[in-house]
Amino acid sequence: MTRKQKRLAVIAGAIGFLGLATGLTLYALGEQTSYFYMPGDLEERPVAAGQRIRLGGLVEKGSIQRGDDTYVRFAVTDGTESVAVQYSGILPDLFREEQGVVTEGAFDQNRNFVADTVLAKHDENYMPREVADSLKEKGVWKED
Amino acid sequence: MSIELGHFALVLAFALALVQMSVPIIGAQLRNETLMRVAEPAAITSFMLVALSFMALTSAYIQSDFSVLNVWENSHSAKPMLFKITGTWGNHEGSMLLWVLILVFFGALVAFFGRNLPLSLRANVLGVQGAISCAFIIFILATSNPFARLDPAPIEGRDLNPILQDIGLAIHPPLLYLGYVGFSIAFSFAIAALIEGRLDAAWARWVRPWTLAAWTFLTGGIAMGSYWAYYELGWGGFWFWDPVENASLLPWLGGTALLHSALVMEKRSALKIWTVLLAILTFSLSLLGTFLVRSGVLTSVHAFATDPARGVFILGILVLFIGGSLALFAWRAATLTSGGLFQPVSREGALVLNNLILTTATATVLIGTLYPLLVEAVTGDKISVGAPFFNLTFGPLILPLLAIVPFGPLLAWKRGDLWAVSQRLIWAFGGALAVALLALVLVDRTSVLAALGIGLGAWLVLGAMTDLVIKSGLGKVAPSVAFSRFKGLPRSVFGTALAHAGLGLTTIGIVAVTTLETERIVAMEPGEVVEIHGYNLRFDSFRPFTGPNYTEDQARFVLTRVTGRQLGEIVSSKRFYTARQMPTTEAGIRTLGVSQLYVSLGDQTPNGKIVVRIWWKPMVTLIWLGALVMMIGGTVSLLDRRLRIGAPMPRKKAALAQGGQA
Repeated sequence: MTRKQKRLAVIAGAIGFLGLATGLTLYALGEQTSYFYMPGDLEERPVAAGQRIRLGGLVEKGSIQRGDDTYVRFAVTDGTESVAVQYSGILPDLFREEQGVVTEGAFDQNRNFVADTVLAKHDENYMPREVADSLKEKGVWKED
Repeated sequence: MSIELGHFALVLAFALALVQMSVPIIGAQLRNETLMRVAEPAAITSFMLVALSFMALTSAYIQSDFSVLNVWENSHSAKPMLFKITGTWGNHEGSMLLWVLILVFFGALVAFFGRNLPLSLRANVLGVQGAISCAFIIFILATSNPFARLDPAPIEGRDLNPILQDIGLAIHPPLLYLGYVGFSIAFSFAIAALIEGRLDAAWARWVRPWTLAAWTFLTGGIAMGSYWAYYELGWGGFWFWDPVENASLLPWLGGTALLHSALVMEKRSALKIWTVLLAILTFSLSLLGTFLVRSGVLTSVHAFATDPARGVFILGILVLFIGGSLALFAWRAATLTSGGLFQPVSREGALVLNNLILTTATATVLIGTLYPLLVEAVTGDKISVGAPFFNLTFGPLILPLLAIVPFGPLLAWKRGDLWAVSQRLIWAFGGALAVALLALVLVDRTSVLAALGIGLGAWLVLGAMTDLVIKSGLGKVAPSVAFSRFKGLPRSVFGTALAHAGLGLTTIGIVAVTTLETERIVAMEPGEVVEIHGYNLRFDSFRPFTGPNYTEDQARFVLTRVTGRQLGEIVSSKRFYTARQMPTTEAGIRTLGVSQLYVSLGDQTPNGKIVVRIWWKPMVTLIWLGALVMMIGGTVSLLDRRLRIGAPMPRKKAALAQGGQA
């Protein structure tokens, strides 16, 4: 190969690699991001069964039911609407009634929300930011 | 010591930084030696003033002086002494002060070791350092003052967030900041080179060791943070692709690229412009990381109390420095001349490929981290980009890089012979293949992916060893000659081999734990036994215990092999920190070889049992041991005498005394 051809081959290789990276990134951004919903948003923007979302709000008072072993049911509320959530696993240390929580998972065919991840705040000053913002918008935010 | 003294010292340091950022640079433009010489004493005095200010805050923490707002918010008189001291930077204000302390410490080091740098280069470098410290000191004074008083003084403090009451807080932030801020030196040198329009041998010789030192610290900081999160949070994860973790990974990736391109520039004086750009980008990523963590735009354990004014302020600093430096780059880069031609297949070519892959991978992590902020700003939708995104993009991009690492150090400069190098690597390849087959047969017959990943890690380790064998001529010359050649190899060759082998160990650890980990979640009561991976874990007792500033319920487990051999106890507990009314989970971890058994407690079930989560984490410690080996590699390479020849290293004793003060 001449020098020019070599240079072209190198440039083509680099562009190919960058193209691959761009393609992967765009594909992954389309497939692997999950939207944040509060219970009240579900009517306006319905979510299909099986689609991964993050559902956030407060843990409804009196809704926590523990089953055998690690199975837990609780309801996530935004003050007006609430959604029942099923979860199997260990809950975060700061999971409590009437505290902010973000769950990640999907609705099953019977419209039960099955979460595989439950996040609570890290300390008493901190509420998941999406939850805090949305509660402020809805006017049910209480400063403590 | 009075806290006001600390405040005053910081204000004085700000005034001095104003002098440091202007007088020497103007002096360099006017070629006025007297003005240029201002830089040195200014940098050293700045360091002493900020150190004084930091000591004032630390002493308020040690004395539990709750008349200081910051101490009251983050400390408690019953807290163990170590956590009183580390609590100084376990909050936003104190950690920013630590940031600035390390920044001026690096400035003082340049002033100290840089005595035989060209005078104008030194003046410009210290001037740029002065500008950075100026921006961050005014940020602290205006928005995050740790020295505010409280009147009347409360009797007791509110305690430090229990998650931070750990030895990790003593190590992780200082190491991380030494890394983050250490890249400011490369940045300042890059800006100085652009101002002067000249890049010479002294420049490259200077930039590489500083970058290497910063990279070594950052590697340690990230690894320590990862291990801390692993044992402290009780989830058993070592990396969450949390935006704040990404914020530390980004400058690490950029710094790794810089390290390699600076090598080409030092040895072959090629890639000059690219190296300058990378130096700017790496420190920009450090600044971006600081912004993401400190502004509270992201939800994270690292986001202490948030205040929008701070976010806007740091964003301002970010725009000023990144925008300004890139504009300067665009304007002046053309004045830097490049040299050193090379063939695509050569050491330089391999290093360019390394840079291409690393910067592309950096870009995908950056996009994934910032995309949610962008989408929210544009459409108002709140989305999250989590681990699946990064596994799908960063993973496939970085894997080819790992596969080609062993080729790099064996290729010749200028023009390499790929076929000859492949032949030399045949034993390493065979060894890696054998490891992969062994993993497939002995560990898990179902997971081909795990076997390939472990084989890849072994390839890196064996490839690094091959490099040492070839360079010492073992097998080709008499063993005694090979041995003396081995001893005579430059330290940087050992550094490279160690760093690449460490990368291999980390790869093995990550692959093994993500593909082969087993987990049991069971509700247990005392007396019950669980079997996991050939071990029996018997729940022995569940008892209350009182610590200095917490109470806890301790679960004791007795560990035996299935064959009956006793292996001792594992203690796991649920802690309750009384001052903050906050519960935490303290995992019980037992290291067995390089693997670990991880026991974490959950809640009580209605029938009085305790939910227990047990993980078998195969080879998990290799993740952090690999990082440790990388750090050792960085340190060994720093000791290379070639880095000291021509590069100034005056008065060793004085240097040690200076280090002692820090």
